[in-house]
Amino acid sequence: MAARKIAPDTPELRAQWGSWTFNEETKAKADKAIARYPEGRQRSATMPLLDYAQRQVGAETNTQGWLPLPVIEYVAAYLDQPVIRVLEVATFYTMYNLEPVGKFHVQVCGTTPCMLRGSDDIIAACKARGMKAGHVSDDGLWSFTEVECMGNCATAPMVQINDDNYEDLTAERMDAVLDALARGEQPKTGTQEPGRHTSEPANALSNLTQMVEENHDYRGEW
Amino acid sequence: MSLADKDRIFTNVYGFQDWGLQAAQARGDWDNTKKLMEVGQDAIIDEIKASGLRGRGGAGFPTGMKWSFMPKESKDGRPSFLVINADESEPGSCKDREIIRHDPHKLVEGALIAGFAMRARAAYIYIRGEYIREAETLFAAVEQAYDAGLLGKNAAGSGYDFDVYVHRGAGAYICGEETAMIESLEGKKGQPRLKPPFPAGAGLYGCPTTVNNVESIAVVPTILRRGASWFSSFGRENNKGTKLFQISGHVNKPCVVEEAMSITFEELIEKHCGGIRGGWDNLLAVIPGGSSVPLVPGEQIRNAFMDFDGLKELGSGLGTAGVIVMDKSTDVVRAISRLSYFYKHESCGQCTPCREGTGWMWRVMKRLETGDAEIEEIDMLHQVTKQVEGHTICALGDAAAWPIQGLIKHFRPEIERRITERAGAMQEAAE
Amino acid sequence: MPKVTVDGQEIEVPAGATVLQACELAGKEIPRFCYHERLSIAGNCRMCLVEVKPGPPKPQASCALPATEGQEIRTDSEMVKKAREGVMEFLLINHPLDCPICDQGGECDLQDQSVAYGRGGSRYHEHKRAVTSKNMGPLIKTTMTRCIHCTRCVRFSEEIAGVDEIGALYRGEDMQITTYLEQAAKHEMSANVIDLCPVGALTSAPYAYEARPWELKKTLSIDVSDAIGANIRLDSRGREVLRALPRVNDDVNEEWISDKARYQVDGLTRRRLDKVWVRKEGKLAQASWAEAFDAIAAAKPGASIAAVAGDLLDCETMYAAKALLKASGSSLIESRQTGMDYDCLNLAAINFNSTLAGIETADAVLIIGANLRWEAPLVNVRLRKAVKRGAKVFVVGPEWETTYPATFLGAEASVLGNLPAELTDAFKGAERPAVILGAGGFAAGAHAKALSLAHELGCVKKGWNGFNALHIAAARMGAVMLGFAQKGGIADLVAAKPKVLLALGADEVDFSKFDGSLKVYIGHHGDKGAHAADIILPASAFSEKAGTYVNTEGRVQMADKAVFAPGDAREDWTILRALADALGVKVGFDSFDQLRAAMIAEVPALGEEGLADYGALAATVAGDTSPSGPIPSPIKDFYLTNPIARASVVMQQCSNELLLGDALKEAAE
Ligand SMILES: Cc1cc2nc3c(=O)[nH]c(=O)nc-3n(C[C@H](O)[C@H](O)[C@H](O)COP(=O)(O)O)c2cc1C
Ligand code: SF4
Ligand code: FES
Repeated sequence: MAARKIAPDTPELRAQWGSWTFNEETKAKADKAIARYPEGRQRSATMPLLDYAQRQVGAETNTQGWLPLPVIEYVAAYLDQPVIRVLEVATFYTMYNLEPVGKFHVQVCGTTPCMLRGSDDIIAACKARGMKAGHVSDDGLWSFTEVECMGNCATAPMVQINDDNYEDLTAERMDAVLDALARGEQPKTGTQEPGRHTSEPANALSNLTQMVEENHDYRGEW
Repeated sequence: MSLADKDRIFTNVYGFQDWGLQAAQARGDWDNTKKLMEVGQDAIIDEIKASGLRGRGGAGFPTGMKWSFMPKESKDGRPSFLVINADESEPGSCKDREIIRHDPHKLVEGALIAGFAMRARAAYIYIRGEYIREAETLFAAVEQAYDAGLLGKNAAGSGYDFDVYVHRGAGAYICGEETAMIESLEGKKGQPRLKPPFPAGAGLYGCPTTVNNVESIAVVPTILRRGASWFSSFGRENNKGTKLFQISGHVNKPCVVEEAMSITFEELIEKHCGGIRGGWDNLLAVIPGGSSVPLVPGEQIRNAFMDFDGLKELGSGLGTAGVIVMDKSTDVVRAISRLSYFYKHESCGQCTPCREGTGWMWRVMKRLETGDAEIEEIDMLHQVTKQVEGHTICALGDAAAWPIQGLIKHFRPEIERRITERAGAMQEAAE
Repeated sequence: MPKVTVDGQEIEVPAGATVLQACELAGKEIPRFCYHERLSIAGNCRMCLVEVKPGPPKPQASCALPATEGQEIRTDSEMVKKAREGVMEFLLINHPLDCPICDQGGECDLQDQSVAYGRGGSRYHEHKRAVTSKNMGPLIKTTMTRCIHCTRCVRFSEEIAGVDEIGALYRGEDMQITTYLEQAAKHEMSANVIDLCPVGALTSAPYAYEARPWELKKTLSIDVSDAIGANIRLDSRGREVLRALPRVNDDVNEEWISDKARYQVDGLTRRRLDKVWVRKEGKLAQASWAEAFDAIAAAKPGASIAAVAGDLLDCETMYAAKALLKASGSSLIESRQTGMDYDCLNLAAINFNSTLAGIETADAVLIIGANLRWEAPLVNVRLRKAVKRGAKVFVVGPEWETTYPATFLGAEASVLGNLPAELTDAFKGAERPAVILGAGGFAAGAHAKALSLAHELGCVKKGWNGFNALHIAAARMGAVMLGFAQKGGIADLVAAKPKVLLALGADEVDFSKFDGSLKVYIGHHGDKGAHAADIILPASAFSEKAGTYVNTEGRVQMADKAVFAPGDAREDWTILRALADALGVKVGFDSFDQLRAAMIAEVPALGEEGLADYGALAATVAGDTSPSGPIPSPIKDFYLTNPIARASVVMQQCSNELLLGDALKEAAE
């Protein structure tokens, strides 16, 4: 629930990022994205390019990545757009980080469906480890944000950490996930409920039972 | 009687099997798509009209009719576009995600057929940014379809050229609103447009555009394969078909499940969710259609038909069929207050009543949580919701107002109790 | 033409009208904040809500809704009243209660409309939002807490100015209006956002805390900072002009003015000539009027007297000078101070024939030697509209930063003899092609060539005259109508070696060429002309006299006198009238009215406001038909083009911060 703000434009920022450019890989992705839109509509690629830029910055800083102003300027120039228009986009959408973040961006959903299933405990587990909004932990590992509904309501509560979701959490399961990440391991993603596959009624499958074992073709029964 | 597995459209909704093209084809997707298209564009639209399919994105607008608003030919050379709404950000909603990650080929095939029917040149699937892995699957599924000749030039051998592109959002609920989605696709902030002009006249890049929900599009191939009458055999009049329900909150087994429209709430919960946590007597209230619709007290909803009309009768709505169940342990004021925060957080900020009103409503709600308010402020809050509702560019304003109105309507004594108790406690402390 | 009813009254409205316009036509006032006739429709403030049937059972934003046949519109229902109260209340909950210290006070839409449509008390008990103010440069003072997010400023900079520099960052209630990195707004029209801002978020920095609107005298005037003749209003208190604001004139300036027109006015009270000066033993010394006139008479000029008119002059002053010279037996009058000698026999050949409004409809445009942003920002805005409609623009001349796509073909005049196929093709397909010949083009001797090109490129045809001269001196067209143009230009005056040279506010003349002449400067600022003068007679600035001006499209317009000139300064015509007495000649007028009547008798077109008729455009004019050499940029600094601007602290500051700023910064790095 932290107010977003743009990291200030300082000489240090310019020194660090002033000559930033897309690397070969990002450039290829960017050009591919631009090609998805009609000729002359390259502005449409603003969002994918900001995402790729953030990811490249992430790879370079061993964090989830963020968007320093010179990087935003670079993207604007790449698309031949006024910077202010691109900055508007970067500040409007919450997934663009406007300030540096940690290696893991822990985004706990706190909206009502998750709240009803115990997201308070998950947030408390994060706080207990010293995570707080708008702040990178001293070891550089964690950034924390309470986010709005992530569309995992039937497997609530949940957290998204960088690109993966961990669902059906309890405080203990959350701790286990965070511990694993801290150890450099990749915990199992998705639901943490033993025996549950995805969003089916946990351990009490009420329908489509034939699909569990084999790729059943129901057409014969039509 | 509940839906038989053979009548379920999304047979891999739980992802027990592979989402990929081969597996999907083995389940029946992309089966002679060309033949489905051969009947011609108008026949497809008529069939969808006859099926009774209503939009699954929340508003329930008849899908076939929507398509028929698209121009039959381009008089000025402008192409038409289909935009598929995979922004799914409404609290309580999590169905499109299951389609995308477990049954994406239903969506991609539907995109081709729907796009063809409305004479679109291409479809853009706008998927919410937070669905990161889901987007990876979707990109891959689209690529599979291209590689198999099912998209692109002479798509699926139909003689029709059609492209499908995926566009990722980046964290903004408002982009689910169709004109905000179009703005966002154009690389701008997701701020809803004024209507008119409607997208069917001037949408994406100023071209005729139809926006449809993922589920609305993904059911199309099966409807055409099995016929309109099959689809319309489920559900009550005006509420036809099958539907993905998403049940979260205080049920024993939260889940996503495809059921027949008009199933009763009780049946839905008993059949698939293992009942209400602590039993039916423990049921406090239900938000039946995603966060934007008013809550319904437990005793009223038990026998309700889970469809557009049934829930409208209860002063609520089917919305996205994201069913949020609250038992008696729930702090119902906080549950709604948290939604108020959501709307404040997601207001695009463009229009006055929503930008200013959502913040005001949330701040008052926050005080009502603890009773730190005057009794008169309940009425004032209600008036403020009325000042927002119906005065905004898009329906987010309404969506922010309704949950609070529902709360005041059904739980006013609870709010008053908190205010009086707190006032009493303050009084004691002062003495 | 759909028919609608507004509060029961049936009216017919033009096709394409909005419901808001329909209501206005029916005489109903519709409150609004975001809606502005000259900007795209945003529909975001929600203040203009009305009830419309048929339609959904909720109020509709009238600004954005097309009026259609049979609509029943209500502006007076309970639903509408409630809607307005509701929106007003929302706008005010986070608006500071600082009207007493807000410069917008007294002319604030929010203040006025809250009185008219608000509900009285506030029911908002939460903390008010505080927003930090943003730097937008030396002209625009920001108090962003007052912002109501109507986005007019954003739309202006993007749509009208064409310099995308203001945006709305973040979202929801955190939305903030700012320039990129709070850099100064950098274009010549930037301060128009101050007028557009309906509240006190963007106010005038130079005018901050100067006055309250009700203390001010308002005078209708004409801007003289360029040759467009923007219609302005001068607000004055006592002897001081405190601000200049645009007036609406769709034919001329729509409702914009350049930052120079708006902000040079502080120069009106600085470096003023308010005493008579006479050079004695090489040094200027204060003197009396009588001493000065005696000194001029002592030179016994007889017919050996010449006059040069400066760029800011009104027609009456020029006519008075002409009458004086004529009475003395001289016709040595010139206005092109820098030495240009283009052919002025056919006035249509030095006029902006397509008209300012007409250039918006051009579809192919060749600009020859004009930096439109600096020489005529208001024309630039029009051309931008033309480009948005599809016009192609080509420029021959030095490069400048356009606010629309344009193709630069080179800065050499010789390019005109060898235009690329890209251009000729575009002109071939064009219905309303145009040539704009700017001051740089004139200076490079490209007049004759430009005219013949205009004919060759099909710019002149039935119903369309696309040959356009774009002058930069407010006085130019009036001057040539009055004959202030010698065949050989100022060189003719030099050659005549006049005993007395009258420099009428002329500051751009190379006075060294007039070494042998007694140089009498009649003007208002201690600028270049005064420094070179032997005798200085203090006169009036444009704000201190009534006068007639003719803009570059030949539009005759009149300005009123706003304030009295300072000190001993007099209105110019009275000085010339007194000089006639000193020289013992008769000019035939004793009052301003007589002067004006005599002027109109000689040049009737000057008596009629509106476009003067210059007759048919000549096929050719005298001059080089294959000019070569570089085309110069006549303006070196947009903010300092005339003596008033050069005396203005604000213009100096703009020049330093906005133009030199970057150069200085680079130098420092
Ligand atoms: C604030 C807001 C958010 C919305 N979010 C979504 C969404 O996430 N997914 C969706 O399909 N429709 C959403 N809608 C509805 C869409 O505007 C639109 O009605 C729908 O996509 C149409 O598809 P359908 O006809 O297939 O239902 C939203 C509407 C509003 C006002
Ligand atoms: S109602 Fe809210 S979200 Fe919708 S346009 Fe207005 S400010 Fe934006
Ligand atoms: S004037 Fe119509 S919404 Fe602002």
